[in-house]
Amino acid sequence: MNKILTITKKELNSYFNSPLGYIVVSVFLVISGWLFIQTFFIIGQASLRSFFNLLPILFMFIIPAITMSSWAEEKKSGTVEVLMTFPVSSVKVVMAKFFSSFMFLLIMLVLTLVIPVMVSSVGSPDRGVIIAGYIGVIFIGSAYIAIGLWVSSITKNQIISFLVTVSIIFMFYMIGNSLILNTMPSSVAAVGKFLSFSTHFNSILRGVISLSDILYYISVIIFFLFLNVRVIGMKKWK
Amino acid sequence: MIKVKDLTKRYGELVALDGVSFELKEGEVIGILGPNGAGKTTLLRILVAFLEADSGKVEIDGLDMNQSLLQQKIKGRIGYLPENAPLYEDMTVTEYLMFVGRMQGIEENDIYEKLANVIEKCGLKEKKNAEISTLSKGYRQRVGIAQALIHNPKIVILDEPTTGLDPNQRIEIRDLIKEIGRSKTVILSSHVLSEVQSTCSRVIIINKGKIVADGTPEELENKDGKNKATIHIEVEEIRSNLLPRLEAIKGVDNIEIIESRIIIVSDLENDIRKDIARVIIEEDHGLLELVRKQIDLEDVFIDLTKE
Repeated sequence: MNKILTITKKELNSYFNSPLGYIVVSVFLVISGWLFIQTFFIIGQASLRSFFNLLPILFMFIIPAITMSSWAEEKKSGTVEVLMTFPVSSVKVVMAKFFSSFMFLLIMLVLTLVIPVMVSSVGSPDRGVIIAGYIGVIFIGSAYIAIGLWVSSITKNQIISFLVTVSIIFMFYMIGNSLILNTMPSSVAAVGKFLSFSTHFNSILRGVISLSDILYYISVIIFFLFLNVRVIGMKKWK
Repeated sequence: MIKVKDLTKRYGELVALDGVSFELKEGEVIGILGPNGAGKTTLLRILVAFLEADSGKVEIDGLDMNQSLLQQKIKGRIGYLPENAPLYEDMTVTEYLMFVGRMQGIEENDIYEKLANVIEKCGLKEKKNAEISTLSKGYRQRVGIAQALIHNPKIVILDEPTTGLDPNQRIEIRDLIKEIGRSKTVILSSHVLSEVQSTCSRVIIINKGKIVADGTPEELENKDGKNKATIHIEVEEIRSNLLPRLEAIKGVDNIEIIESRIIIVSDLENDIRKDIARVIIEEDHGLLELVRKQIDLEDVFIDLTKE
């Protein structure tokens, strides 16, 4: 456990030792804030619905920017050779990488708390929906992180890592879109709908946190982290 | 301390290691020597469990590397500096060494003492708060070595520790390695002969994934019979009638032409330079240079690793 914490701390520090961490946080806050304020004043409702609706889309680009370097950079600079020859298992290293990106996600989300506070000051939004919204966003963000880490582990190139992660997340997001589902036979459509991030996210957004939605996200996270451990544990370094 | 048996490793078609076996006793300082691409790095990476061999056996400190449960225990007993000393650029020297210390499982109340020790030993005092990205190649190499020593491992493995350093830095690192070698088993790889000769008690030469020589530097120098000398000759033009005449000289063991030079192996006792010079002048080949020297490790190395 100590070693997981040691790596997590080091990774988090390195996010904020470089401009990248600050840039990602700023871009995220500016865009999410602007999009929220725009719709907030147009619709004129004290609701965070539109804010939570756009976060998965924004995360599609923000989270790959966080995860793109985690393995790719270590492989490129060769530090992975030091890291993987410490007496620590690949499972622990992968978990530590996950936790550090997860902490970064939490930091970003804490900074957005200004928005619900502001909305509450002008109206009385449904607290339950806001809490459910944040839980949903944390889960979908974590699933994105798990995908991003795995992709980062199979390349040395951060840009490839970023773009491939965006594409995979986009695919997972879009297979639940009704436009696409309507063109498919119903049995395939059911699978697509089940596998899609958006289906499960929308149901959480309605304020209903069901076990099946949570289990879905946890399975996705575990599946991709498992793939990551496999890639690292294979010892096929060049 | 270290037993390696029949190690084989392929990258697709390329055979990087081909049946490598050797044993190492505690306290030995051993140099793995070979041209670039001979398989040195692959061998070291297998010893530190970074790569897996296709077949063969590695036993370190009595622990079998093939048993994955033992690998972590093995890793903890080794300090490893990979080629080019990869480091986390954005950390300071102290931050980095603390990170490594914790990853090696050093207790919190012990870590400052160990840190101070290793900073002292590797001459990093004045740079301990510097960011790694600002360090010169020589200091980076010291940080890399400090990193390999902080947990006081029994075995230290250094991959090309002096490559890319200037002559002064090379001497400093060499002295540091000698110092380490007094208390630990050290394996280092190099393609520079003088380095291995001055730091190692034993040399293993590998070429194309195979061990071609194994012994002390002195043993290797005397490998082709004791008391041999080489005579290096340079002439303006080597014509076909020269070689038979040189071969006929009494005391010539072997003649070889490497590029435009003729290299003759002869006894150390009989100086045949006079005879050789006479033949070349008689045949009018334009003698430019004639040097005689005792066979050294460099000759052995060139002989063993040529195509």
